[in-house]
Amino acid sequence: MKSLKFALMGAVVMLASAAHAEPKAEVLHYWTSGGEAKALKELQKAFNARGGKWVDAPVAGGGGDAQAAVLRARVLSGDPPAAVQIKGPNIKEWAEAGALGDLSEVASAQGWDDVLPEAIKDIVKYEGKYVAVPVNVHRVDWIWANPAVLAKVGAKVPTTWDEFNETAEKLKAAGIIPLAHGGQPWQDATVFETVVLGVGGIDFYRKALVELDEEALGSETMVKVFDQMRKIRGFVDPDFPGRDWNLATGMVMRGEAAMQIMGDWAKGEFVAAGKKPGVDYICAPTPSAGGYLLNSDSFAMFNVSGDDNEAGQAILAELILGEEFQETFNLFKGSVPARIGVKRDNFDECAIRSMDDMVSSAKNGTLLGSMAHEIAQAGAVRGAFIDVATAHFNSDMSSEDAASKLVDAIRLAK
Amino acid sequence: MARPSAGGSWRLDRLIPQIVVSPGFLAILLFVYGFILWTGYVSMTKSRMLPKYDFAGLIQYERLFQMDRWNVAINNLFVFGVLFILVSIVIGCLLAVLLDQKIRAEGFIRTVYLYPMAISFIITGTAWKWIMNPSLGLETVVRSWGWESFSFGWTVDQDLAVYALVMAAVWQSSGFVMALFLSALRSVDQDIIKAASLDGATPFRIYTRIILPSMRPVFMSAVVILSHLAIKSFDLVVALTGGGPGYASTLPANFMYEMTFRRNEIGVGAASAMVMLATVAAIMVPYLYSELRGQKHD
Repeated sequence: MKSLKFALMGAVVMLASAAHAEPKAEVLHYWTSGGEAKALKELQKAFNARGGKWVDAPVAGGGGDAQAAVLRARVLSGDPPAAVQIKGPNIKEWAEAGALGDLSEVASAQGWDDVLPEAIKDIVKYEGKYVAVPVNVHRVDWIWANPAVLAKVGAKVPTTWDEFNETAEKLKAAGIIPLAHGGQPWQDATVFETVVLGVGGIDFYRKALVELDEEALGSETMVKVFDQMRKIRGFVDPDFPGRDWNLATGMVMRGEAAMQIMGDWAKGEFVAAGKKPGVDYICAPTPSAGGYLLNSDSFAMFNVSGDDNEAGQAILAELILGEEFQETFNLFKGSVPARIGVKRDNFDECAIRSMDDMVSSAKNGTLLGSMAHEIAQAGAVRGAFIDVATAHFNSDMSSEDAASKLVDAIRLAK
Repeated sequence: MARPSAGGSWRLDRLIPQIVVSPGFLAILLFVYGFILWTGYVSMTKSRMLPKYDFAGLIQYERLFQMDRWNVAINNLFVFGVLFILVSIVIGCLLAVLLDQKIRAEGFIRTVYLYPMAISFIITGTAWKWIMNPSLGLETVVRSWGWESFSFGWTVDQDLAVYALVMAAVWQSSGFVMALFLSALRSVDQDIIKAASLDGATPFRIYTRIILPSMRPVFMSAVVILSHLAIKSFDLVVALTGGGPGYASTLPANFMYEMTFRRNEIGVGAASAMVMLATVAAIMVPYLYSELRGQKHD
C-alpha cells in the first residue's frame, strides 16, 4: 500500500516536472474529508486562476500521522513538496532542520505583520522570517450546550468552574448526563487545558503549558486543576472511553447530555444537522478570565528549487492569507480567519464571537496556543502532557501524584 | 546431497539456483538485517524528528524505561502474551480432540472454527468493540432481556481492557491452533493407538499418555507462532480499545508507533523496537537452537 503511494507520488512528480516555466506548487495535505476537501478545492481554483499548476498530494488519515511519514521520507530523499500542512511547533522543528524556505518577500509585500495576531506570528515565524502561512484559527475552549436541557434544571451555561460543578450536580440529580465526553487521550487533554486556563488563569497557563516551568507544573494550582478534573470525571457517563468526539456532540444534540467541551469543529456537527445557534445549541467560552485557546492550521513552505516552484510558492502564500480565501475557506471549515479584517457578513454568531474574542485577546496579550492541539508544544512534550492527563482522568490517581508525575514526564520529554 | 557428475554443464546447473535466489537473499540482507542494524544504531542517538547519527550511548533506553507508558505497555505484553498463548492452546487443543471423535459434518465445523483466522485483526477488533461496548452491545442486550444488574464493561475499565484484548485475540487464533493440532492428531501412528486399545487403555489414557505427548513439536510451533502474534499485536489494540482507557491497554508495538510517528521521538521509538526484537529473540533463539540441534542428532 505504502509503496504504491510512493510510486504514484513519484509518477506525479515526474509528470509535474515535464511541464515547465509556469508557477507550480505541490501541496501535501490531509484534508480529504467533507468540508475540508471542499475548502481546499477553493484554494486550488484560485491558484489555477492565477495561472498556477496545482499538484495535489493528499494523504488520507485525519491527525496527519500518515502525512508525517510521507513528508519525512520526501525530505530525507531531497525532494520535499512545496507546501505542507503542518502546524504549531512542528513548523519550528522543520525550520531548525533547515528544510523551510523564506517568505519574507511576500510577507512584506502583503503586510502580514499588520494583519496577524502576535500569537499566530509566533507559530509561523522562525528567527524573524515567515516560513509558513496560517490558514485558520479554531477556538478550543468552547462549551457546546443544549439550552432546552439546561432549562430543565433552570440553569445557564456556567461562567465559573464552581458554577459548572453546581449546574452539573443539578443535571445529574435530574438524570441527565452533565457532560458529553469522548475518552480519547486528546479529548481528555482538551478538557484538561481548559481547566488549566480556568482554574489557574492566563499566567499560570503560560508558565505551565507553554514555558514548562517545573514549579508551576508541580504547584498547588496544578493540584487544584487535577481536583477539578476528578470532579469532571464524575459528570461524565461511564461508557465514555474511546468514544469519538462527534458522537459526544450527538449526545448534546439529542438532549441526552447537557454540555460538551470541544473546539469549534463541533459546530460542524450542529450545522450539518440543521440546528440553529442560539436556539438549538449555545456556544460559550469555557469558564476562564478571558483567555482564548487557539488551534491554527497552516501550510509550511519547504525549500524548493527552480523558478516555477518558487513563483508557485509565492502565489500560494499570497492566496492563502488573502481575505477572499480566508473567508471562503473558513466558512467551509467552520473555523475563523487567521488574519484580522475579513468580511464577517456570512459567518454565524459563534464564529463572530470567536473573531471578536480573538481580536480583544490579541490586544490584551491573552491569546494562547492550545497544548492538546499541538500549538503550544510539539509532539514529545504534548504527548507527555496528554499521557498524564489521560492517565489521571481514567484512574483513581490522586491529584498530588498526577502533578508530580507531570513534572517527571515533562522533564523526560523535553 | 546428490552431486551432479562432472561434465560441461554442471557448473551452470549448480549456479542457477544460487543466481535465482541471490537477489532475494541480498534484499533480505539489506532490508531486514540492514535495517535492524540501522534501527539499533538510531536507538543510540539523540534522534528526534529526523534521524541523527551522533552516537549518544544508551540515553534513549534510559528514557524509555523511565516512561510510565512504556512500563504499562511491557506489563500488558506480559499479561496479554501469557494469557493469549495459554488460552489459545488450551481451547485449540480441546477443540481438536473433540473434533477428532469421528463426528458428523466435521469439515463444516472445522471451517467454522478456522474461519476467524481469515479475518483481519482490525475487523475482529471492530466487531468486538461493538459487542463489548456497554451502551451498544452485549450489556445492553442482556439488560433489555431483564437482567438489569448485568454488566460487561471490559473495554471501558482500565483494569480489564487488556483482558478484552485477550478475549478477542483468543477468538481469532484458537481455531488456527485447533487446525494445527488436528492435523497432528491425524498423523499419529494408528497402529500404536490400536495396540493400546487392544491392551485395554481407555480413550482418555490414550490421549493423555500417547497422543498428546507425541505432539510436542506442534506445541512448540504453536507457542512460537502465537508469541509472534502477541508481540507484534498492534491493529487489534487500535481497533478494539484505541489503547485506552487512557493508555491502560497499550502494547509495545503501539508505543513504538506513537513515539516514532506521532511524537517526533525516533530515538525512543527505535529503542522500544530493539527491546521488542530482543523479546522475540529470547523466544526464537532457544527454539531454533533446539530445532537445529535436534536435526543434527536425527
